[in-house]
Amino acid sequence: MELSGGEIVIQSLKDEGVEYVFGYPGGCVLHIYDAIFKQDAVQHVLVRHEQGATHAADGYARSSGKPGVVLVTSGPGATNAVTGIATAFMDSIPMVIITGQVPRPVIGTDAFQEVDTVGITRPCVKHNFLVKNVSDIAETMKKAFFIATSGRPGPVVVDIPKDITDPNIKVPYSYPEDVSMRSYQPTVSGDIGQTRKAVKLIQEAKRPVIYSGGGVILGEASEELRTLCHTLQFPVTQTLMGLGAFPGTDPQSMGMLGMHGTYEANMAMHDSDLIIAIGARFDDRVTGKIAEFCPHAKIIHIDVDPASISKTITVDVPIVGQVKPILLDMLAQIEGLGETFDRARIADWWNKIEEWRAVDCMAYDMNSGTIKPQYVIEQLYKVTKGEAFVTSDVGQHQMFAAQFYPFDKPRRWINSGGLGTMGFGLPAAMGVKFAHPEANVACVTGEGSIQMCLQELSTMLQYDTPVKVINLNNGFLGMVRQWQEFTYKRRYSHSYLEALPDFKKLAEAYGHVGMQITKKEDVEPALREAFAMKDRTVFLDFLTDTEENVYPMIESGKAHNDMVMAPSSKYKKGSS
Amino acid sequence: MSRQHIISLLLENEAGALSRVSGLFSARAYNIESLTVAPTQDPSLSRLTLVTVGSEETIEQIKKQLNKLVDVVKLIDLSESFSLERELALIKVKKTDAIVNKVEALSKDSSAHITDETDGYLIIELAGEKPWLDDLLLSLTDDILEIVRSGVIGLSRGERALSL
Repeated sequence: MELSGGEIVIQSLKDEGVEYVFGYPGGCVLHIYDAIFKQDAVQHVLVRHEQGATHAADGYARSSGKPGVVLVTSGPGATNAVTGIATAFMDSIPMVIITGQVPRPVIGTDAFQEVDTVGITRPCVKHNFLVKNVSDIAETMKKAFFIATSGRPGPVVVDIPKDITDPNIKVPYSYPEDVSMRSYQPTVSGDIGQTRKAVKLIQEAKRPVIYSGGGVILGEASEELRTLCHTLQFPVTQTLMGLGAFPGTDPQSMGMLGMHGTYEANMAMHDSDLIIAIGARFDDRVTGKIAEFCPHAKIIHIDVDPASISKTITVDVPIVGQVKPILLDMLAQIEGLGETFDRARIADWWNKIEEWRAVDCMAYDMNSGTIKPQYVIEQLYKVTKGEAFVTSDVGQHQMFAAQFYPFDKPRRWINSGGLGTMGFGLPAAMGVKFAHPEANVACVTGEGSIQMCLQELSTMLQYDTPVKVINLNNGFLGMVRQWQEFTYKRRYSHSYLEALPDFKKLAEAYGHVGMQITKKEDVEPALREAFAMKDRTVFLDFLTDTEENVYPMIESGKAHNDMVMAPSSKYKKGSS
Repeated sequence: MSRQHIISLLLENEAGALSRVSGLFSARAYNIESLTVAPTQDPSLSRLTLVTVGSEETIEQIKKQLNKLVDVVKLIDLSESFSLERELALIKVKKTDAIVNKVEALSKDSSAHITDETDGYLIIELAGEKPWLDDLLLSLTDDILEIVRSGVIGLSRGERALSL
């Protein structure tokens, strides 16, 4: 089969099994777009801004486990995509981003819409390629998908000069079945000797904590994690990225840990004698003050990326490899111990955890006349029976969603954890909807974040991807305001959003349903009404309490046992 | 405790591979004292040698991050094995009897020699271990008109080799 470069790009996607490409046309990708026009196996989704394309592909990838694919033009097309690429990079999301480049003869001449895409994206991709010959396109595409989806996943950029996509230059095409690279061989199975050492520590621990992260979801190891946790009967805490890998409603779950984690999770980490870190990377939002992180604990760390081991926290037993086979190894060894594995030794530990739990650390003022943001999330949980896919933007609303919507399944909670990208939620929700057309999808956002990628409301109408937008509108950049309250004596420098649009009318102008909710008693009925409109995108603008805070909070640079507690909790100073 | 390490890499000989390495150092705020790169006998591979300084933890992290780069095929820390290191320097000086005598004296137990003389100016070629070179150049500071150094290269001694 002889194909042009433009056709090879699309045929490669088809052979890779790609369903959707999120993109935006422009000069340097016109040949590729012409190839898209002439086929219907790969569906193209026309976004309104390239950042939206990357977040939509990202949401698709996070919710489905399949790589997200983006196609943008050179210059501004590529630079607009950078935020979304960096977002995916920080959270290890598999994506392939195809960027047009100016024709080879003019590269380096400051041609119209030329930027050094490979240079600009280098620090925020797993790898990138500038394809120099039409005959290299197919193999490069194969390599891109291989790199993006294997090992620790991540985004891969393929930069393609316009002249090698010329429809008049055809070359023989065959898509490689597989590809091997001498310089890229990700580790698969963990070292069995290390697993044995880990099991020995597990047998001896009296105050163990399982600390699991997004790697469990990426490694499709949620089932194995559940079995392991239930076999061990150890307490479990999950990172922001890991929520749902272990059921949030399980009695063994202590909820999230870290800066806005629960009292019980953070106190347990601090007092633990054995931390079992699984697919988590000891992010600074998790560890707090490094010098006082888990001072009494030995640490086991399972991770597919050797560079994650002992990066910030020195660990005792590292196990490098894919989470799933390592957990299966561990399970087999523990099951082999039979009755000799003593679970009674952690009874006291569970008693202590129950004491911490009784503090009810996330309690908020239920009698307030205002709409509390936590209340909205609780009602959202109730109305969707905890089964929805929930995307979020970044800020207080993100933390409230993570705290008050316990996820029982992996890939249901979609948020920008590492980069913290405002504007992520709405296009990500659209991407989720492409992967799961029948599912309920909610985008929890705030009046600050939503305005960063609002234009995708238009794309959502065009492609009929009904999402419920839960706008927690407090008129403030809430998290900024909270930090200003705590550390800048309430000097609210530029955290107040004046001249907000009428979101109800705005939604209507985009052809969607808009609702504004101002009374607490209307929250649940409004949500029910919105979710009953199965085939409509509904924008619910909740006017919430303006100065509610996210509790508990470990302030920057403080230790796990040094939390600012909610005034409504039962915490008494010195009671721990 | 900070210590100097010489790290050698086999790198895919592709456009942009060098900038992935140098970009990693600037992005993660690692020190880089020298860096030198050229193709090997296999034209698809380059050998890159860099000198960096850091604590054991930092060096460990540098090596892991380098290994993570898709273009890095293989890596060796020469400071961990019995290795030989060399750096080449070319210096330009005005020809004087004192300089000529000094180089002649040096040439008895080192590779130092005058490699060019043009219009009363000399180019002196010096090759040796970095500390020796550093000391020597310090003693010539006042005479040096121009200097270029290659950066350190090295090989491990004996059977051990960085090859595919």
